[in-house]
Amino acid sequence: MSDIRLDAIWKKFGATEVIRGIDLTIDPGEFVVLVGPSGCGKSTLLNLISGLETLSSGNIFIGGRKVNDVPPRDRDIAMVFQSYALYPTKSVRDNITFGMSVRHIPRQVQDAAVAEFAGLLHIEDYLERKPAQLSGGQRQRVAMGRALVRKPDVFLFDEPLSNLDAKLRIEMRTEIKKLHQRLGKTVVYVTHDQIEAMTLATRIAVMDAGHIRQFADPFTVYDDPVDLFVAGFMGSPPMNMIEGKLRQDGGSFVECGAPGAELRFPLPEAMARRVAGHDGLAVILGLRPETIFAAGSELPGPDRYCFELPVAVVEPTGPDTMIVFEIGGRDLIARVRPQDARPQGTRFRFEVEMRKAKLFDAASGLRL
Amino acid sequence: MNRRQIDGIVRRGGPWQAVQRGVLFAVLALFCAYYLVPLVVMISTSFKSLDEIRLGTLTSLPQAVTFEAWAKAWGSACVGVRCDGLQPYVWNSVMMVVPAVALSTFLGALNGYALTKWRFRGADVIFALILFGAFIPFQVILLPMARTLGVLGLAGTIPGLIMVHTIYGLAFTTLFFRNFFIGVSDGIVRAAQVDGASFFGIFFRIILPMSLPAIVVTLIWQFTQIWNDFLFGVAFTVGESNPVTVALNNVVNTSTGVKEYNVDMAAAIIAALPTLAVYVLAGSYFVRGLSAGAVKG
Repeated sequence: MSDIRLDAIWKKFGATEVIRGIDLTIDPGEFVVLVGPSGCGKSTLLNLISGLETLSSGNIFIGGRKVNDVPPRDRDIAMVFQSYALYPTKSVRDNITFGMSVRHIPRQVQDAAVAEFAGLLHIEDYLERKPAQLSGGQRQRVAMGRALVRKPDVFLFDEPLSNLDAKLRIEMRTEIKKLHQRLGKTVVYVTHDQIEAMTLATRIAVMDAGHIRQFADPFTVYDDPVDLFVAGFMGSPPMNMIEGKLRQDGGSFVECGAPGAELRFPLPEAMARRVAGHDGLAVILGLRPETIFAAGSELPGPDRYCFELPVAVVEPTGPDTMIVFEIGGRDLIARVRPQDARPQGTRFRFEVEMRKAKLFDAASGLRL
Repeated sequence: MNRRQIDGIVRRGGPWQAVQRGVLFAVLALFCAYYLVPLVVMISTSFKSLDEIRLGTLTSLPQAVTFEAWAKAWGSACVGVRCDGLQPYVWNSVMMVVPAVALSTFLGALNGYALTKWRFRGADVIFALILFGAFIPFQVILLPMARTLGVLGLAGTIPGLIMVHTIYGLAFTTLFFRNFFIGVSDGIVRAAQVDGASFFGIFFRIILPMSLPAIVVTLIWQFTQIWNDFLFGVAFTVGESNPVTVALNNVVNTSTGVKEYNVDMAAAIIAALPTLAVYVLAGSYFVRGLSAGAVKG
């Protein structure tokens, strides 16, 4: 098992800076997910780790060895690509053993390795077929087999599940997690799907515009986002962002909505203490959909706030129903139990659990 | 779209449509005849005796089929002062075409691979310069190339002609392979790099086996171009080393004796047969390969 250390790395393509000074330390055996919107540099970062791109500046260490000038094949890594990138003229078996045959590993060793991983990945029935004769899920398994079979220290995954249909994606997600638990190798995994990131990672690096905004375990990233970007990116449906002003008159409130019809969200004590002395500050109140529910549908607790607004749209998802409503012209989403939903147009009494609210500075976007 | 997909499309019916289709087929038949009649005349003339040619008309079919003209064209027609027929020159052409086609195709594949899968600074400029070779009128380079061959000691030899054809074939072969490889996923090359294969390892073990359609198209194209070439052949070879196209010209344009039309026709067909054969054998690949951008990896 190897650790990976990125030390102040930059990548420029001509005048465009794709990676802008990233430091990252990945512990041995960790499953790190790089997540972010398209164009944030996450795939480039993965290619830099693999050696498929050259650094503009900085250092990369894999297992304590500086690999800036080491070509991909000597980095002891394996990679799974979004397009699978199987060799179309080779059979499944030859696809899997290509890396070993290039390295002149004896035939018996190759066959033993194929036998070991074909069973693990359930591909033993079509080892002699060509990639074109396989379904998407089967190709995905072969691509994983090709990576696993060389038993490298580090696995790199570049959006491996995005070409699969929704059901297969969930299935393969679980299998990848199982494989990681079983093999315990260091994994760096790129995806734009925040649910994949949450479910797979031991730690998530949320990237934006060539920077890492936050690097923490999934629970922290979800529950304790450092800024508006991370808060808005993680979670589906996304966190509700309500613009407002901080008011400190007989308690701390966030005042939102059109003049005359303002809502005053009371801040819990701990949060109020943090923002003391900032009366009138422009803030953004972040409320995850699951923290807004039908009034009285949960056991009463401290720091609750109730308000009444008309229902704009009702979206049933099965286990929950999303109710869309408006504050100050912005659509917000509440996640209620299906039996609490009311038809569009009726007034609905919402209850907010303010202890789970996040408060951001509107100017800097940072968490308050 | 293949035939079945087009057949399924609903079409308007009725008498006017029938008339239109009739006109369409009549025009197509006319063009077809226009194209094929000269070939028919050539073939039928080559099977006639000289007497029959003198007495009959151009389009009449041979009354007594004879292979004499073919035998003479192949084995005993006079090319200049030598009367061995086209046979030695056909072999000259074969000796020249095979290495020239193989070399230019191989180098074109290598160029196309390097230009698309190992992008380097200036790759586009280099490709533009190579492509420029496709637009050079070959008359322009005759003198400098003759001088170059002289300096290299290859003037008037078949190896010299092979070199010229290889160099001037590169523009087209590079273009063919580059356009094919652009449609091949870069991920395959990256995967092979991570797997540990080298530049040539990836080329020979992954890329070349994938490019069969492009290889076939290029082989046909180069074979046709080089076999049919007259200009380089007449400029850079002498007498004994002439390719068959030049020899054909010498057979037909001989100024002594009676004009033997049947021998001329047979000789022309002999000179054209190899390219015809290549089309017939590999034609379906040619059509498929021309739309090679659609071939997925």
